[in-house]
Amino acid sequence: MEKTVNQKAWFLVLPVLILVAFSAVIPLMTVVNYSVQDTFGNNQFFWAGLEWFEEMLNDDRMWDALGRQLMFSGIILLIQIPLGVFVALNMPKKGFWASFCLVFMSLPLLIPWNVVGTIWQVFGRVDIGLLGHTLAALGIDYNYTNDPFAAWVTIIVMDVWHWTSLVALLAYAGLQSIPDAYYQAAKIDQASRWKVFRFIELPKMMGVLMIAILLRFMDSFMIYTEPFVVTGGGPGSTTTLLSIDLVKMALGQFDLGPAAAFSIMYFLVILLISWVFYTVMTNLDKREG
Amino acid sequence: MAKITLDNLAHSYLPNPTSEDDFALKELNHDWDDGAAYALLGASGCGKSTLLNIISGLLHPSQGRILFDGKDVTHAPTAERNIAQVFQFPVVYDTMTVHDNLAFPLRNRGRDEAYVAQRVQEIAKMIGMEDMLRKKARGLTADAKQKISLGRGMVRKDVNALLFDEPLTVIDPHMKWELRTQLKKLHHDFGHTMIYVTHDQTEALTFADKVVVMYDGRVVQIGTPEELFEQPEHTFVGYFIGSPGMNVLPAQVEGTTARVGSQTLQLAGGYKPSSGKVEIGVRPEFAKLSQTEGLPVSIRRIEDVGRHKIIRATFEGHDINIIAGEDDRVSADMNRVSFDPGHVNVYVNDWRIAPDRSQSVGEAA
Repeated sequence: MEKTVNQKAWFLVLPVLILVAFSAVIPLMTVVNYSVQDTFGNNQFFWAGLEWFEEMLNDDRMWDALGRQLMFSGIILLIQIPLGVFVALNMPKKGFWASFCLVFMSLPLLIPWNVVGTIWQVFGRVDIGLLGHTLAALGIDYNYTNDPFAAWVTIIVMDVWHWTSLVALLAYAGLQSIPDAYYQAAKIDQASRWKVFRFIELPKMMGVLMIAILLRFMDSFMIYTEPFVVTGGGPGSTTTLLSIDLVKMALGQFDLGPAAAFSIMYFLVILLISWVFYTVMTNLDKREG
Repeated sequence: MAKITLDNLAHSYLPNPTSEDDFALKELNHDWDDGAAYALLGASGCGKSTLLNIISGLLHPSQGRILFDGKDVTHAPTAERNIAQVFQFPVVYDTMTVHDNLAFPLRNRGRDEAYVAQRVQEIAKMIGMEDMLRKKARGLTADAKQKISLGRGMVRKDVNALLFDEPLTVIDPHMKWELRTQLKKLHHDFGHTMIYVTHDQTEALTFADKVVVMYDGRVVQIGTPEELFEQPEHTFVGYFIGSPGMNVLPAQVEGTTARVGSQTLQLAGGYKPSSGKVEIGVRPEFAKLSQTEGLPVSIRRIEDVGRHKIIRATFEGHDINIIAGEDDRVSADMNRVSFDPGHVNVYVNDWRIAPDRSQSVGEAA
């Protein structure tokens, strides 16, 4: 078929280009702008080249935050994915209780993030919080304001509470799409419960689980509000994750140059890891097919 | 392999069925002979899948018993019944190879690998998939997947019966013939008891030795394809089997004649007067159009379907179909129809009644 050449067609793409420019490209470019300049106030800027990038790459502070961040994302993925799948497997398939579970489990997802943080901040307090006070009464030494381990446990449990439902709901949707015939065939073939999971449910859930992992990774890697409200990055800097550190640097210390360089590298890291995730998993999918 | 006996079997999906209408499957007694091929034919929702699921143990009946070779298995779980079932949509284990799929039921039963390997080879040969054993099941076509589910059923030597739940629904038309032929050959070679659920009469009639026709939760006739064609026991059988189905006309039957409107037809036998809804049924194949012989009829339309012509006509205010041979000439002045008395059946309240022996048999037969 002959293709019509009409350069006016470019105008049709224009609205999208404008939208993307304002929502992503221009803000990103201002950050790029800051990252290669220095300022001493008065809106006067000096060319600094890649100085800030070099400085940040040689700064232990960013590497430490990155290490903590990777640990945080790793731990919550290791807990939330299996737990979410487990919850989904044990949810009722239909009827009133299925709807009830769905609504009940969606509740944490509907709570604003800073409220989630506040809830856990209060919940964990040793003086007035139900959790903190109970643990203290049981003789367990728990205080998230001065014990790094307790602080880590608190923010991880909080994240698990907040987000496991998302994984469970996605996994549940995957499970619901499996026709009954598969389970009936498995019965006829005398497959054990584990084999039903391994050869029917898991393969059918793979697609949604991939999305769940990607979503949970990206979200947890960018997490700011909840741990900031609970621990403020402390005690010391033991729970200072990447974005908390970034905000401290940019707004607390007003180091715009280093913070901008930091932002760009942060963005690239997320992009890179997400891309690797996606490529590995789609290839896995193809190889199996 | 086993003989399967249904004893007073009925099923309702409601917890406390009260009237007969509450039953998806109405009371039924039947023996499925060992090694025979049956087709379970009926429209959607007539209870045929319910019956199949009761036999395979996926559903427990509300009443009655089911016996395999005289042994009561009514409450035995599916796994103990040694039943194989092929479903409407192909069920294969996507992540496994074809080989592992076929080996799965044997491995689950703890058979040793040497036996499994040998048995999988045999089955792969039977279903013609020897060269595909190393492939993953995921990328295969629907008909290949359906063959795998069939093979998975047959891989066990102790299988009592093979059940098919509309297995060719998602298969391309040109593959349907091939699979059906293959299935028939497997039945011929290995003699499994097979029960094949379908709503496609061609599939049922070509596959089965005996066809079980179900209507509204009830088995209305069990018979060979010929019996279903020549003597439908129920007007539904007449209408459902055949293309087009049987002509069913309200009539008054007295002795050896039937009156339809103002016209009188000759019957092959004599009938006692009976109360209720009386109808006569005659297949389009046994109606003949002519210029001179028979009763007045007006032709509405003629459809040429290649092998024969279907004449849509009106007889005494009722729509009827007449089949004429492809080479028969049909012209506008052919306004008379005659029915072969030997193939006119009489129905009272939808059920066929046999001619009364005490009355003389009509000469026209």
